Amino acid sequence: MANYNHQEQTDLRLQSTDKPALEYLARRNGWLVAVSLVLFVVLWDRIVNWGHLPAFLLPAPQAVWKKLVTMISNGMLLDHAWVTLYEVLLGLALGSLLASLIGYALAKSPLLEKMFSPYLVASQAIPTVAIAPLLVIWFGPGVFSKILVCAMTVFFPILVNTMIGFRAVPENLGDLMRSMRATRLQKLRYLEIPSALPVLFGGLRIGATLSVIGAVVGEFVGSDQGLGFLINVGRGQYDTPLVFVSIFTLILMALCLYGIAMIVERRITRWKTIHRD
Amino acid sequence: MTEPFLKVEDLCMTFRDRKGGLDVLRGINFEMNEQEFLCVLGPSGSGKSTLLRLIAGLLKPSAGRVRYNGSDTPPQVGLVFQQANLMPWRTVRQNIALPLEIMGIEKAEIERRVAEMITMIGLEGFSDSWPSQLSGGMAQRVAIARAFIQKPDLLLLDEPFGSLDALTRERMGGELLNLWQAQRTAVIMVTHSISEALLLSDRVLVFSRRPGSIARDVSVGLMRPRKEELRYTPEFQNLERNLRSTLQ
Ligand SMILES: Nc1ncnc2c1ncn2[C@@H]1O[C@H](COP(=O)(O)OP(=O)(O)O)[C@@H](O)[C@H]1O
Ligand SMILES: [Mg+2]
Repeated sequence: MANYNHQEQTDLRLQSTDKPALEYLARRNGWLVAVSLVLFVVLWDRIVNWGHLPAFLLPAPQAVWKKLVTMISNGMLLDHAWVTLYEVLLGLALGSLLASLIGYALAKSPLLEKMFSPYLVASQAIPTVAIAPLLVIWFGPGVFSKILVCAMTVFFPILVNTMIGFRAVPENLGDLMRSMRATRLQKLRYLEIPSALPVLFGGLRIGATLSVIGAVVGEFVGSDQGLGFLINVGRGQYDTPLVFVSIFTLILMALCLYGIAMIVERRITRWKTIHRD
Repeated sequence: MTEPFLKVEDLCMTFRDRKGGLDVLRGINFEMNEQEFLCVLGPSGSGKSTLLRLIAGLLKPSAGRVRYNGSDTPPQVGLVFQQANLMPWRTVRQNIALPLEIMGIEKAEIERRVAEMITMIGLEGFSDSWPSQLSGGMAQRVAIARAFIQKPDLLLLDEPFGSLDALTRERMGGELLNLWQAQRTAVIMVTHSISEALLLSDRVLVFSRRPGSIARDVSVGLMRPRKEELRYTPEFQNLERNLRSTLQ
């Protein structure tokens, strides 16, 4: 059933920003992924060996593994990963809270949308990297400025999805709710939120991965902790294994967040995946 | 003198657009009592759906008014459209329960009434199905159950069987009559089928072309309870011929 027509009559160039590639990956069989992972490591090892590459250019997998083990055992990896995860999650929460509140208001009021959409579109022209230094200057090198960078990164896609979701609420169901004398709050609870939920979750899923990028950008610009900070340190000291361990941890973090968001989404929108047999 | 259950007075509706306005209803007048089953026939675009939306209080008329027992506030209405319009994220049981949840009725009571209703519409075993798993006829049964469950004072049906095949349509007409006989609410039903209107209703309003006005107001004096066989009686066929001639 096509409940969500994504064509919208808004000034914003609204498109559902989804990453089908990642979902496609996630749906492949686990063992195929395992095989490709092994192939990847073997290829990597061969390249280092045959190319006689120095460790500061491309470390061997074994070196990265050793680094990983040390970093786990001395607690360094977890400490820094935790800081980044903290920024990612709080930034995601803050960004999606603001985006869904504003998105709801804009979806409901054409006047508000006309007033604010030019700014929203314009804000998309500025890359986050350009704003991040300002935020660090204003709010210091601590986690707070990173949370803001994350929130900024996730804001727009979630806003767009929120608007699409709330605009696509079927009109007849709205009439039905009115005929039952539903209050505004009941309409929100029984109709608008459930109807928009699949699209909202789409936004959250993308937001989760974008938030990781936001945290790293923020940490690059100025910080003394976090995985982005570790990458910076590794670069300064030509400690390439450190950089690799940090990158892999970031990838793992993004994949886990995406996966969690997807599982929750499946749970909550079970009705979408069941069809007539 | 007591006020009639529903009184439509000089109702007019014009939809404003850039090119002036679209006159949809012009001077509609009728009354009905609280147990009447009224059918509305008319060409498409003659404002039948608009009339239902006005009576439900979903639209404000351009002129005239609708009075309900002498007051301006609409009573409890049940709505059924041509499409079932179920909430795809709610199961059959939850869809039927929706009006009761909105009224704030307690859970045990809701469960009891919904179970009873599901038995009445013959959907036992489908309580926990999703709307996407239902056939068109089943979905429409659920929509009708949802409209009936709140024991509305007035039921507004907008071509409720319009998207069903002929056989399902006939059967559901009978089921609707049974439900109505059990609850005896006032019903206004828009339909395209003359025989359906005659089989179900006490009275038929025939609309003219847009802007719609009431061209005929015909009482259907056929005995109740009615059966399908009624179609083949001369009485029925006279009425049918009579209505067909006005509609053309
Ligand atoms: N909200 C609206 N705004 C503008 N025009 C409308 C609106 N609703 C209905 N109309 C127009 O009013 C006319 C009558 O519509 P409707 O009441 O649905 O007719 P019917 O149900 O008899 O086929 C149609 O031409 C339709 O396009
Ligand atoms: Mg209509």
